[in-house]
Amino acid sequence: MSPTTAGGPQPLLSVDDLHVRFATEDGVVRAVDGVSFDLRPGEILGLVGESGCGKSVTAQTMMGLTRATNSTISGSVRFGGNDLVTASDEQLQTIRGREVSMVFQDPMTSLNPVYRVGDQIIEQIQAHKGVDDDEAKERARELLASVGIPNAAERVDDYPYEFSGGMRQRAMIAMALALEPRILIADEPTTALDVTIQAQILALIQRLNQERGLAVILITHDLGVIAEVADRVLVMYAGQIVEEGTLDEIFYDPQHPYTWGLMGSLTRLDQPPPDRLPQIGGAPPSLLAPPTGCRFRPRCPHAFEKCGELPDLEVRLSNAAGHADRCWLDPADKKRLREVEGRIGLEVPA
Amino acid sequence: MEGMGRFIVRRLIGMIAVLFAISVMVFLIFNVIPNSDPAQRIGGKNADQELIDRINEDWGFNDPLPQQYVTTMKKVFTGDLVSYQNSRDVDDEILKGIPVTFSLCIGAAIIWMLLAVVFGYLSAVRAGQATDRALTIVALIGISLPVFWLGEMLLYYVANKLGLFPVGDYVELTQDPLQWANHLILPWLTLAVLFIGFYSRVLRSNMLDVMEEDYVRTARAKGLPERQVMLKHVLRNSLIPIITLFGLDFGAVIGGGAILTETVYNLPGVGLYAGESVASLDLPPLIAITMFGAFFIVFFNTVVDVVYAYLDPRIRLGTQAA
Repeated sequence: MSPTTAGGPQPLLSVDDLHVRFATEDGVVRAVDGVSFDLRPGEILGLVGESGCGKSVTAQTMMGLTRATNSTISGSVRFGGNDLVTASDEQLQTIRGREVSMVFQDPMTSLNPVYRVGDQIIEQIQAHKGVDDDEAKERARELLASVGIPNAAERVDDYPYEFSGGMRQRAMIAMALALEPRILIADEPTTALDVTIQAQILALIQRLNQERGLAVILITHDLGVIAEVADRVLVMYAGQIVEEGTLDEIFYDPQHPYTWGLMGSLTRLDQPPPDRLPQIGGAPPSLLAPPTGCRFRPRCPHAFEKCGELPDLEVRLSNAAGHADRCWLDPADKKRLREVEGRIGLEVPA
Repeated sequence: MEGMGRFIVRRLIGMIAVLFAISVMVFLIFNVIPNSDPAQRIGGKNADQELIDRINEDWGFNDPLPQQYVTTMKKVFTGDLVSYQNSRDVDDEILKGIPVTFSLCIGAAIIWMLLAVVFGYLSAVRAGQATDRALTIVALIGISLPVFWLGEMLLYYVANKLGLFPVGDYVELTQDPLQWANHLILPWLTLAVLFIGFYSRVLRSNMLDVMEEDYVRTARAKGLPERQVMLKHVLRNSLIPIITLFGLDFGAVIGGGAILTETVYNLPGVGLYAGESVASLDLPPLIAITMFGAFFIVFFNTVVDVVYAYLDPRIRLGTQAA
């Protein structure tokens, strides 16, 4: 169980000890390796980590989208009395799009090019509700208007190629929200968009969260995006969650050296620019043969003997019940170690 | 759909231009390029001087080339093209052959498209499983069988020995529809087998590519039943390239690709007429049949372009921008 369950409200969705492995020609890729977390009603949960750390696989597994002949999935994803890991295809179909919706990274390729945008939204509605075409189309119009598509009454008949990238992502969100799901999983929804559009899409997600109490899992590698909208943050590294906490806890009191490294590599406008952009030394480990012990050990300048043993994700601070991490360092020492040139960061190994 | 009308007009103009270019080539190849007397070649092996003089007169071989071109095409299109070897009217012969050739080709095309889509779909949905492997082998066998061999084998074993179907010949559709189909089943299969094998392989690989597309993942995430994901999103998008192939092949089959099948089954279609004319080096029918074939290949390509634009809206945009 995730440490955050204690005392909090009943979680909406609960992931427990999720493992996802893919058999490939080179061996078994352990894409997700023991991930546990809860999603609470009405929160925006940020899932952050670098490319290939297992964020998207985690998200897609929650929807049953990683099921394949070469994948092995264990653990559980509890949602409304169902376990989405073991649910039948029919059960999953009733949940996908209606209870849990997903928006993907690349809006340019996520809509089918040969069908009208409106028809793709209508298809979403009619997949779960027996409404006639006219009613569904009217609903599609409303949805497009509600996500800020100008002239939605006419644009509903456009093909995806007639939409810009930002409009397509809005249309994807409109489609995802068509049946008022309880959870929206947004997998890098703004990565393919330019910054002004990015801000609009984030504002839209935030508005839907506030107006409808929509719970959101926001997956990104962009800490700026997280800082803007997330309530709680999970930091993922090499298939595992290495730190979990509220937005403030993660940004102002990060406990895991990997999180320090992420913070340190942010460029900030309120501080003089560094001579050289800080980076985390080394490269992410291969998930074919992850390092033993702490996954971050080979890149961590603070690693010591104990790090050969894998630390659990647990609360190590006396004053923050929901702030957990996977690091053996003493919390008192961490305050000193994470201080690099007057701000939080990770020392570059000599 | 207002872009569609303009698109069709553009394509029709293009089609006429291509046909004109082909007619010039046909004229040059048949009448001008060979280094011998065109009247003698057209007259055939047994032509005497009197006939040759008449042909020279008729075809205007003493006129300048552009004039000759006009005369030749006039003959092809007004129907007064005659074989000097057997005195038969060429256009009448072709018109007689058209219902046979169309019966053969349309029937075969329906069979090959239906079976190719079913086999290709099953192969793709069960990729790597026993069904897929079995269908792969069947498809490769189909592609490898030569039409004349397969035709003769079916004739000998199925029609002759087992007596399941009549041996060759043709019955008109209007005369007796059942006998019409009965006489055509073996020719249909013979003509279709190659295409079934080939198209099902192409469709399978298209579908496997399309299954990796992001919009297919979107369709699944919407909660659509797997069958709907496959039919509406994967198959529909995978069929677009198949339509192109089909247009090319169907035009080619009507315009001459059925020669072997018609010859093997003794079906009196345009292909059989072409075969006979080649055997006796009878040029007037060959000029007309070449134009006939070219027309259908170009025509079905145009049809394909229009269907393609209907299936994939992005193509219409391309023409508006151009």
